[in-house]
Amino acid sequence: MTTNAEARERWSDDEVDQLLGNLLRIGVTVATIVAAIGGVLYLAQHGTEPMGHRVFHGEPPELRHVGSIVRGASGLHADAIVQLGLVLLIATPIARVALSLVAFILQRDRVYIVVTSIVLAILLFSLTGGVPG
Amino acid sequence: MACVLDSIHPMSVLLFTILVSAGSFSAGLLGALTGLGGGIVIVPMLTLLFGVDLRYAIGASLVSVIATSSGAAAAYVKEGYTNVRVGMLLEIATTVGALGGAFLAGRIGTGAIAVVFGLVLLYSAYRSAKPLAEHVSTDNAHPLAKRLRLNSTYPTPDGLQPYAVQAVPAGFGLMFLAGILSGLLGIGSGALKVLAMDQMMHLPFKVSTTTSNFMIGVTAAASAGIYLARGQIDPTLALPVMLGVLAGALTGARVLAGANTRVLRRIFAAVVVVLALEMLYKGIQGGM
Repeated sequence: MTTNAEARERWSDDEVDQLLGNLLRIGVTVATIVAAIGGVLYLAQHGTEPMGHRVFHGEPPELRHVGSIVRGASGLHADAIVQLGLVLLIATPIARVALSLVAFILQRDRVYIVVTSIVLAILLFSLTGGVPG
Repeated sequence: MACVLDSIHPMSVLLFTILVSAGSFSAGLLGALTGLGGGIVIVPMLTLLFGVDLRYAIGASLVSVIATSSGAAAAYVKEGYTNVRVGMLLEIATTVGALGGAFLAGRIGTGAIAVVFGLVLLYSAYRSAKPLAEHVSTDNAHPLAKRLRLNSTYPTPDGLQPYAVQAVPAGFGLMFLAGILSGLLGIGSGALKVLAMDQMMHLPFKVSTTTSNFMIGVTAAASAGIYLARGQIDPTLALPVMLGVLAGALTGARVLAGANTRVLRRIFAAVVVVLALEMLYKGIQGGM
């Protein structure tokens, strides 16, 4: 068990907690900044138009999937930039679970490697549109 | 649908953005000050006050829930209260539940969703009016708690205090239900999560609230993917809601120390009851 103990010393629960905390903070900050930049652009272009959330039409296809959102944002479409910020926000807790998985692997904590892999699989399955809408 | 703000008509994108940001800020501030969470009043506010379609409102609420829980979890996890192993284990239940809830939301009518929402609001108001007692024990842990290394310690003024985790399967089951409600209604389901972790699993309050908060972002992320693919996350609505609630929650957390929140809790609980009745009425009447 020497190697196990050494691994735990290098990646103690407390150190992992600090890393998880930093990751969450950076994720939320970056996502908010990206979305806010898109929001300012959008208001500059469409601020005086009338609002339309009364009736549900569903977003256009280019704002529904990660790939097309990234393309739209790189084409500097304001609504796609906001949506990219929101996708980064959704990705933040997913990145947190991925970091937890790395930590459990380094700690050689078999039970939690399995537990965390299950959660990560469910999250990726959802974000890549595995469930019929 | 007729709504309160129809008098200001036609509302421009800019005015709508400002009003929704201000409303979301208040919701986030009150939610943080009273401990009820701001997410639960976002959907009623958007639908009843701003006349937003329920499906867009839930998508926007879900995004704001991820922002506030991740923002707060960043601070809590560093302070050593959060039990990451309990959180990871229960996230299996909440994420599977959230997928089910989001799937269900696309299959049942908005009237039924509004009725469930009203009932959850009523339960949350009741819970905040009748706080539960803390149960912490240092022995008699559930056999699974030992095997899964769930028992841990938390910081107190007298140093690190150990605690034993009870009723792991029952807590897991209730978390599945909390996940379904989160995916169906776009909320954090904090009231149910705390019930499972405080009352069933006997975690200390500080541990259960911070661990619940830690899990809320992951739970909401599980259903957010489905809402995104279904076109229910509207950037121009979700952005002001998310920024408003986040700023309100951060402000609330800053002024929380030393504030007497008893009166505020009562007022907020009363507001929640009114919103609950309105949601139930609209849902049954078919006005959603």
